[in-house]
Amino acid sequence: MVDIDLNMVNWARAQFALTAMYHWIFVPLTLGLSFLCAFFESIYVRTGNEEWKSITKFWMTLFGINFAIGIATGIILEFQFGTNWSNYSWIVGDIFGAPLAIEGIFAFFLEATFFAVMFFGWNRVSKKFHLFSTWMVAIGSNLSAVWILVANGWMQNPVGMAFNPETARFEMQRFFDVVFNPVAVSKFVHTSSSGFLFASLFVLSISSWYLIRGRHIQMAKKSIVVASVFGLLSSSYVVFTGDESAYMVAKKQPMKLAAIEGLYKGQTRAPIIAAGILNPNKQAGDDQDPFLVKIEIPYLLSLLANRSLNSFVPGIDDLVYGNEQQNIESIASKITRGKTALNDLAQFKQAGKENNIEKAKISLKKFKKNQEYMGYGYLNKPEEAVPPVAIPYYAFHIMVALGSLFPVLFAAFLFYVLKDSITQKRWLLPMGLISGFLGLLAQESGWVVAEVGRQPWAIHGLLPVKMSTTNLAASNVQITFFMFLGLFTLLLAAEISIMLKQISIGPEEGH
Amino acid sequence: MKKNNPIKAVHGIFTFYRDGFRGMVLGKKLWTIILIKLFVMFAVLKIFFFPNYLNTNFSTDEKKGDYVLEQIINNATKSQSK
Repeated sequence: MVDIDLNMVNWARAQFALTAMYHWIFVPLTLGLSFLCAFFESIYVRTGNEEWKSITKFWMTLFGINFAIGIATGIILEFQFGTNWSNYSWIVGDIFGAPLAIEGIFAFFLEATFFAVMFFGWNRVSKKFHLFSTWMVAIGSNLSAVWILVANGWMQNPVGMAFNPETARFEMQRFFDVVFNPVAVSKFVHTSSSGFLFASLFVLSISSWYLIRGRHIQMAKKSIVVASVFGLLSSSYVVFTGDESAYMVAKKQPMKLAAIEGLYKGQTRAPIIAAGILNPNKQAGDDQDPFLVKIEIPYLLSLLANRSLNSFVPGIDDLVYGNEQQNIESIASKITRGKTALNDLAQFKQAGKENNIEKAKISLKKFKKNQEYMGYGYLNKPEEAVPPVAIPYYAFHIMVALGSLFPVLFAAFLFYVLKDSITQKRWLLPMGLISGFLGLLAQESGWVVAEVGRQPWAIHGLLPVKMSTTNLAASNVQITFFMFLGLFTLLLAAEISIMLKQISIGPEEGH
Repeated sequence: MKKNNPIKAVHGIFTFYRDGFRGMVLGKKLWTIILIKLFVMFAVLKIFFFPNYLNTNFSTDEKKGDYVLEQIINNATKSQSK
């Protein structure tokens, strides 16, 4: 038996993060831009005004560029599962197989039919059927995102399954529990609505550029009206779904909530950190102040976590070392239970080898008592259950700060465009121009919060990341990491260059 | 009311796609990128750099399960020493 190389684990992590974050540039834009195209075309069909057709075709072209460059980048993640994460992919194969297969089939039929009508069907099919196809692409793209988020939600809150110690797999027991997992539901609504927001910012950004350059002014103004309204509605929905998401995190992953708020000592009437700089030397269990400087909003974290101003929110120290008063079990106790579970699992396997049915039965019964803690059995010390606090903390606060700025930006653009004075607001247009980049920053920060915040777990409480990998040398993963870095840089440069060229051409050209 | 002719319908779908592909302007460049990307991913990366570890090394699901079980049991003790 070869030890799992922890250096390899970190390279595999880095490679996965690189691929997922690159993939995540395209996905939210596809989710939101598809709906914006449907809105533009609906207005065209309703009014019969050819200008709206031209606007629709322009944004549809940018949607197509984004789709073409982004397509299949997610498949690279599946390659990595098979090569770098073979333990993990085997263990979860039964759970992930169905959702990912549904996604693949769904995406294929969607793309082969409605997508083709959307791009090839102008003047070939009726206006209404074309519009229907555009809406189907929008709805279908968003529905296909459901399945990957169901899979991700399951990793953060594993439900509807049972571990089979004979096959070493989590097996699906209740499909609808997996699909309607509250974490998956809150993830889907928050992720898709944030995609709508990002796409609205993208439209705002390019329209601002046209206004700054004094080109395609009518198209830019019309696009801003639709994008600002959609952006404002999406912003409200993002706030609502973000609140729900935080509530679910508090219930299912309290360590993640404590990390994103830099909360070490639990509190009743806990304040939320509006802004603050973490003390880089702070460790779980010591008496140092977690912050060098901070601005708090009283009561808000208790409200967010428990829907009650006076409630208790556990901190990292409570979760690591336990808190009897609040009935919180320590990680040390969970580690003991986890080790017992793994020991019973080993006994079960040994009994199978020896063909000792009685011993196998007893071991299995004992294993089942502690199996929900089995992941903790892999931890060396309680502090290992704490994610790297600074990364999710800063990512969360960047995401929230930007998420608070965006509705103000949408409202300002909508106000001035309706007053027909937007072209004179030279201070506002540069903000609109950079808003697309800020939207992307918020998107990537959200991914970091979700994924770094759940460390050290691949499957919450059941399988840590370090046990999910394949026994490979770190050098194997390093080589492909740099290959991907090169490939993704090339593809991103291609996208930006094609996109910029098309923006520079403007709405006249087709696709 | 016209009668639906399946051959005409298939021909219609064929010409729809054919004319669509022929009429592409930017689409040709995008399809070239997509095809190059798929080639690099499936014919280079997948084959030479990303073999499926379990499929390559074990012929049956039973052997794969045994191997992973051994990994998660034995490495539990080894992870303690790190």
